[in-house]
Amino acid sequence: MKIIACIKQVPDSEAKVKVADDGQVTWGEAPLVINPFDEYAVEGALQQKEANGGTVVALCIGPESAKEAIKHALAMGADEGVLVSDTALEGLDSAGAARVLAAAINKIGGADMVMFGRQTLDNGSGLTPPQTARALGWPMLGWVGQIKVEGPSGSVQVERVLEEGRQSVKANMPAVLSIVQSIGEPRYPSFMGIRKASKATIPVWSLADLGISAPTTVVSRAEISNPPTRETVCEFITGETPEAIAEALAEKIMAEKVL
Amino acid sequence: MDFSLSPEHEMTRKMVRDFAQKEIAPVIKEYDRKQEPIPFALKRMGELGILGICIPVKYGGAGMDYIALGLACEELEAVDTSLRVVMSVHMGLCSLTLLQWGTEEQKQKFLVPLARGEKIGCGAFTEPGMGSDVAAMTTTAKRDGDYYILNGEKMWISIASLADLAMVTVKTNPAARKPSEGLSTFIVDLHSDGVKTGDIHGKLGVRAGSTGWISFTDVKVPVANRIGEEGEGFKITMSAFDGGRYTVASGAAGLVRASLEASVSYARTRKTFGKPIAEHQLIQEKIAKMSQDYEISHLLYLQAGWLKNLGKRCTREISFAKKFATEASFNAANEAIQIHGAYGFSDEYDVERYLRNSKGAIIYEGSSEVQVLIQAGYALGLREDKPLRCEPPAYDEKEWQS
Repeated sequence: MKIIACIKQVPDSEAKVKVADDGQVTWGEAPLVINPFDEYAVEGALQQKEANGGTVVALCIGPESAKEAIKHALAMGADEGVLVSDTALEGLDSAGAARVLAAAINKIGGADMVMFGRQTLDNGSGLTPPQTARALGWPMLGWVGQIKVEGPSGSVQVERVLEEGRQSVKANMPAVLSIVQSIGEPRYPSFMGIRKASKATIPVWSLADLGISAPTTVVSRAEISNPPTRETVCEFITGETPEAIAEALAEKIMAEKVL
Repeated sequence: MDFSLSPEHEMTRKMVRDFAQKEIAPVIKEYDRKQEPIPFALKRMGELGILGICIPVKYGGAGMDYIALGLACEELEAVDTSLRVVMSVHMGLCSLTLLQWGTEEQKQKFLVPLARGEKIGCGAFTEPGMGSDVAAMTTTAKRDGDYYILNGEKMWISIASLADLAMVTVKTNPAARKPSEGLSTFIVDLHSDGVKTGDIHGKLGVRAGSTGWISFTDVKVPVANRIGEEGEGFKITMSAFDGGRYTVASGAAGLVRASLEASVSYARTRKTFGKPIAEHQLIQEKIAKMSQDYEISHLLYLQAGWLKNLGKRCTREISFAKKFATEASFNAANEAIQIHGAYGFSDEYDVERYLRNSKGAIIYEGSSEVQVLIQAGYALGLREDKPLRCEPPAYDEKEWQS
């Protein structure tokens, strides 16, 4: 079984957006990490490799530094990594990313399953997985918490974790899956994996290698800002008796319209 | 000269940090208050390969180098000292001593399960009546055919009650010309008849760590369990301390870092006189000192790790690293509490635990005073590293990873 885990390198979750005078947005000097949601995709891919045999390829679009995210996936147990890197890919939107990923997946030679995290930590649209499925013409199974590959017929049954409850869905492979936390905690890199990853040569493919031109960006950011900082005020409710304190507290809660 | 860490080292560091932060940090206060070891910690460290991190793959380990060991200890102690203590005794005192002095048969029998984390090891040298004065120990082993019969008591032994095996140094020849020549070292199965272990409670710090005693009453230990020759016990014990002290030094660097990070974080948010206390110069002075001490501690243990990788004896460099970092960790935690003010005095914040945890390492594995004697000995030419029958094994990437 061949599984491709699509991963992205993103700023650490504690990073704050900085807007420079020229309007350019940066993440400052925040450390770059593998998108935490994508670690679940790698975990899901490795689970399926263990259950059914096969290989896991970690595929990533990004600058040279994104090799670190691929190395993390290799250290977790992925067999190979591929980086798609091209200066023409800066400012890529999700539809463009999907087209590039689809071309890379085809160049890898296809797969039985392509797994994504449910969204990225930076853009967070969650659109790339379905758009990649569309570009490949494969079924899309979103928000997957459990995976079971059935027999040699090549179908996959998954449990989708939705707000309304759980949904069991079946599709023919190849298929694109977006994975959620219910798949299980991502494993830590093993020392053997770390050694393998640190010595790995990761091929870098340009758009020319993929045989495609730069996708036209249709969505661009108009403005980016950090969420407003929340001002919290701590107030101690005092009173003569517990009843009086409770009454004062209840009045305060009502006045603040918390209840 | 290249001061950068390799990608392997960086990934090792991150893996151990993630483990400690995700699994240990959320529960450490609870177990520290209860004075109980975290029940799953040893098992998880074994599963992740940390317990065999710098043991060759052929002996069940992860085949990483001594720098990786130091980095792991730093990350573990940045969360809690009790985790690093496990590495000091299981790896430093027990496994590394087996690797240096054990026969091939002993390595297969004892080192392999230790490196895999299937068995836990400790080091038993200190006694109720002796610590620094190693040659003054009174636990004895008398030869009886194919066995030695051990009698006596060891005290202040980390993870005594959790360990399966102990590296134990005892007196085999009370009539030796020099007391240090009358010692021998054994690897003892703590599940043997006549062995009793127990925990010591009421410690100032490392409360989530197990510290205890081991008593031996007519314990039969096979001759095959003797490490090295009879009479080599003192040298073997000193080798064990070189391994143990390296982990103590690197761990203490992590404790300095933990105090520094807690202080930076608090100083940025706590306001007095209309501005964050980080903007007050007296606070900055404390933070600058911690920052500098971390850098020195870090570089000193990396130097020792580098020498260990080359297979060079580095008792002197390890002594520098151990004394400096452990004392720096005590001072950093003390100042971190001062920066936190009254909050630092309560266990709502971690820094009071850092202070309590830091004191032990200034006493054990060679007190600061013993380190001074070692350092002065080298500086004055009174001490030299004489060749050993079994020199510490150099790190050979190819050999260790095959």
